[in-house]
Amino acid sequence: MEQFAQQLLNGLFLGSIYALIALGYTMVYGVLRFINFAHGDVFMLGAFSGLYLNRWLGPMMAGLHWSISLTVIMLLSMAICAALGILIEFLAYRPLRNRPRLNVLITAIGVSLLIEYTGQHPAVFGATQQSFPALIPANNIALTSNLAVTNTQMIVFVTVIMLLVALRYIVMKTRMGLAMRALSLNPTASALMGVNNSVVISFTFGLGSALAAAGGILYASLYPSVEPFMGIIPGLKAFIAAVLGGIGNIPGAALGGLIIGVTETLVGGYSSVVGLPTGYKDGVAFVILILILLFKPSGLLGKTEREKV
Amino acid sequence: MLEVSNLEVSYGSIRALHGVSLKVPEKSIVTLIGANGAGKSSTLRALSGLIKARAGTVVYGGEEITNLAPHKIVARGLCQVPEGRMIFPNLTIDENLRMGAFLRRDAKAIAADMDYAFTIFPRLLERRKQLAGTMSGGEQQMLAIARALLSKPKFLMLDEPSLGIAPLLVKSIFEKIVEINRTTGLTILLVEQNANLALEVSNYAYVLETGKVILEGPSVEVKANPQVQAAYLGI
Repeated sequence: MEQFAQQLLNGLFLGSIYALIALGYTMVYGVLRFINFAHGDVFMLGAFSGLYLNRWLGPMMAGLHWSISLTVIMLLSMAICAALGILIEFLAYRPLRNRPRLNVLITAIGVSLLIEYTGQHPAVFGATQQSFPALIPANNIALTSNLAVTNTQMIVFVTVIMLLVALRYIVMKTRMGLAMRALSLNPTASALMGVNNSVVISFTFGLGSALAAAGGILYASLYPSVEPFMGIIPGLKAFIAAVLGGIGNIPGAALGGLIIGVTETLVGGYSSVVGLPTGYKDGVAFVILILILLFKPSGLLGKTEREKV
Repeated sequence: MLEVSNLEVSYGSIRALHGVSLKVPEKSIVTLIGANGAGKSSTLRALSGLIKARAGTVVYGGEEITNLAPHKIVARGLCQVPEGRMIFPNLTIDENLRMGAFLRRDAKAIAADMDYAFTIFPRLLERRKQLAGTMSGGEQQMLAIARALLSKPKFLMLDEPSLGIAPLLVKSIFEKIVEINRTTGLTILLVEQNANLALEVSNYAYVLETGKVILEGPSVEVKANPQVQAAYLGI
């Protein structure tokens, strides 16, 4: 029983990171109706920003409490990736704004490959794995005699919750959030209300990329090694999480992330019972994708969209 | 107040407007009538900057606004209630109205204008917290008009406000439009297929056919024109 609870907790922590990344997919889909396949690479760039910022700023912040240096590194990485996300949209997607959506989708895959292979160049990040510094001191918190969470896991969870609350505030209570929701419902009408749609789209890319950067640092804190391709699999799983929750639906993305994280961890923990290697856990998300596309393509919380004739 | 000269619009190789010219004087209601596909909506879409004009000019208050971005045109006080209403179905009535006031920062004046909108359309007040998509077509049209009023426009364009709405409600919505014009002096450009109604409430009318103005004049005269009576009024 306690082993099960432990697996459940581990899954929850991993899932909360998937949720952060999934939000970026779902928000961009909301405003532009396409899947930004380069989003997983922004997640990777976030982890690398954390790595380098720590290398450069770490000595300067040596005397400070780790929570302060973590916050500084996290916020700076989020700002850097927000700027990169806005730049990617401006250079790659904006020129295709009124073209068929397939063109944009293919461009997104191109942008993704470009970032990954540029990252492999020795002058950029290099192809070898680098170990990610322990921004959060390792420490086990025992809940019961056999149930424990690490310090890192707790910080991951608390950070994700704080970011989700902040996001909800932005989307539901601010003028920009209202414009985002209006734009995703009807871009023509939002333009007729005086909304500069391009600004809102840039904002959405910035917001999603900032969340991906936070996800990158948190993920690298849980699994402390980084390399230019590290964004592919978490990115795909987060994309599936967004589809599972109902693409375009913000609470759905968070829910989908948690479900994928928990299912994956449980399968990893118990696959040996039915004689499967633990490596199968990486396939779970894709099985879920196939099932959801077969039985409920609009996702768990998504509404079926009626096509206008 | 608004002067359009030789406006041309095309969708790909299909020409929708072949040089439309019209004038809308301040505080008047001017109507644009014509059959389906005559170019009425294309004219409004070009005025709002939603489609690019290939040729021609739009001058508003002495300044040229041809082909400005839609949000810049709204900022100058020209607002459109688009065909099919285009309310935001998953936002509440309140949020829809707040979207109307998107470019304004004066919270007090916005609240006052919301109250004004609610006195004209009391139905909206009852449903403030409800999602807009749950209302009937007529109520959605009221919301679309109220939302546009919240931008505090100086010039309001209405595209087929009667489309798909119960006849009884149509009458009441048109009465409201006239009331808004009388009490606030708001200039209105009205596009309608229901020519009878449009000619009744307007001061001046243009008749559009295949992208050209074929007839214009004070609404009373246009209404008495035998050609118009035969083609559009079913007399």
